[in-house]
Amino acid sequence: MSEATAPVDMLEPVEDRGGVAQPLLQVTGLTKHFPVRGDLFSARKTVRAVDNVSFSVLKGETVGIVGESGCGKSTTARLLMHLMKSDAGDVVYDGMQVGRALSLRELRRGMQMVFQDSYASLNPRLTIEESIAFGPKVHGMADQAARKLSHELLGKVGLRPEIFANRYPHEISGGQRQRVNIARALALSPRLVILDEAVSALDKSVEAQVLNLLADLKREFGLTYLFISHDLNVVRYISDRVLVMYLGEVVELGPVDKVWDEPAHPYTRALLAAMPSSDPDNRTKTPPISGDPPNPIDPPSGCRFHTRCPFAEPLCAGATPKLSAVDARGHEAACYMAIPGSGHSRAPGASA
Amino acid sequence: MTNLVEIDHLNIRFTGERTVHAVNDLSLTLGEGEVLGLLGESGSGKSVTLRALMRLLPRQRTQISGSVKVLGNDVLAMSDEELSDFRGQTVSMIFQEPALALDPVYTIGRQIAETVMRHEGKSQTDAMARALEMLEVVRIPSAKRRLGAYPHEMSGGMRQRAMIALALSCKPRILLADEPTTALDATVQIQILLLLRELQRAFGMSVIFVTHDIGVAIEICDRVAVMYAGQIVETGTLSQIVRSPLHPYPRGLLASTTHGARRGERLGTIPGTPPSLDKAPTSCSFAPRCASAEARCSEALPPAVDMGAGRMARCILAERAAIESA
Repeated sequence: MSEATAPVDMLEPVEDRGGVAQPLLQVTGLTKHFPVRGDLFSARKTVRAVDNVSFSVLKGETVGIVGESGCGKSTTARLLMHLMKSDAGDVVYDGMQVGRALSLRELRRGMQMVFQDSYASLNPRLTIEESIAFGPKVHGMADQAARKLSHELLGKVGLRPEIFANRYPHEISGGQRQRVNIARALALSPRLVILDEAVSALDKSVEAQVLNLLADLKREFGLTYLFISHDLNVVRYISDRVLVMYLGEVVELGPVDKVWDEPAHPYTRALLAAMPSSDPDNRTKTPPISGDPPNPIDPPSGCRFHTRCPFAEPLCAGATPKLSAVDARGHEAACYMAIPGSGHSRAPGASA
Repeated sequence: MTNLVEIDHLNIRFTGERTVHAVNDLSLTLGEGEVLGLLGESGSGKSVTLRALMRLLPRQRTQISGSVKVLGNDVLAMSDEELSDFRGQTVSMIFQEPALALDPVYTIGRQIAETVMRHEGKSQTDAMARALEMLEVVRIPSAKRRLGAYPHEMSGGMRQRAMIALALSCKPRILLADEPTTALDATVQIQILLLLRELQRAFGMSVIFVTHDIGVAIEICDRVAVMYAGQIVETGTLSQIVRSPLHPYPRGLLASTTHGARRGERLGTIPGTPPSLDKAPTSCSFAPRCASAEARCSEALPPAVDMGAGRMARCILAERAAIESA
């Protein structure tokens, strides 16, 4: 890692307006439905990719989002970045409503994203240096200064600028490319970085290097992370709080240790139990749940997990359970078994 | 225990615009009823080794030397006719992407029946009955209806079950599995792993299971061979490899796992990246990334140290351990 001697100009980060107590990101009722054509004579169908998702991210925190494919975690990320238009819902960045008090252009300076496919997310015709300098130049930085910044950031992500600056994306390895993507995201001095399966395509030994790098950068730049992954071990390692999604909805959220040690939603329990064992003498004996996740086109009514849930009762197919507090420390679950007096036979306070 | 598969000093080189030494001096054996894991990162040569066992590598651009024997027969010397008898009947393979491995224009039932008719000479009715039986064996719900389904009409987990049914339809002695659960969701992956474990026992098959995921290997393997840069760097029983690896590469891999790591603690890492394989290795391929490397590691190939009872490590550290324990 190279230490810079001469000070390098960085873009001024989007100003901290709300102070420490103001969450950096507040999301309310975020919804995205994709219409899909049905068969010739059947009605149009809808993929309910993200349905009424609400959460907040505090300043300096790392929030993880876990869930299986099709649960809406990547769509959520794209909606937050405004890479696609949401059907409903509000995104508030540091107290400023996006689209009103905060322009898209400013939002994208304050919030950057790193994608899973390190190759597809870089322009193959630009050198590494040009890719990193591109954003700052768009935001008004002079060419020379932007190139200098690009070299500085390459050093920060552990790539020697004299070796890598003039290379093209296809000339470097996947792990190195993902470091470049991280450097590019940081070039605009964002305060929030969304990492969408950013380490999932990397080999394990490289993944550990990049996770350590993310921890270093977070400390150095005072970043806040939204970390999306299907890998539960990685999410537990990096996150302070976690959101569990299933078929477009948040089914559980809370401090990561609390959710891991005392999962309140049966889906979270199944997901955790489905992790391969780490002990050769204590292998998994029975699968926690059977079947595949249902198609997100026209998902099940009520609680979307009721079709696979071992504890489902008639009321679960009716109205959708709301996220409700499990304890006073921010652990919430959307399950009738966690809601006192809900009518489910296993609900707390219900007569058994 | 007799060996069903014996690979001796296998070298595989791809030629073309650039030469890649994908597999270098690889030897391994597979015993009766054994599940052997080939564990390694991308580019370590694990899938290439698996494909060589069925001669699935492109002929024009591949140079293979060494010997590959399955049930005593030399696979590298087989004629096309012999190969097509051998594939599917003696050795069968399942892949990472069932959507690509299955034929999109035939129904699942027909694809399974075709295999049974080809290898066992059964009538179409008998073959279809076997197809139904196989779909039930892999626990596809409403199997009868699924016989007439096309691959695109099934979910990822169902497709993987269908591919397993196809691979096992002629009761092969050996099943080769190339990352069959990598593309699946977590809750589906564990179902498929448990199914494979159960079928392996029921059919008395031997399995070679390629994976990059130690967790998956722990769930299914009896013995593990760890690959790096086209070579096996260590072989041992699952618990030897997981609990007391000798070679610094598996040691580093286990140290870098996020499982059980505490937040805020730094993860152990292996510095650097795997070598390019343009040249055949003349010294230890791992030496540039190794904390225990000595001068001689970059001068000559490390010895393949036989630690007894099927355990092997290709490292000077193992040599020392062997002397100490002797």
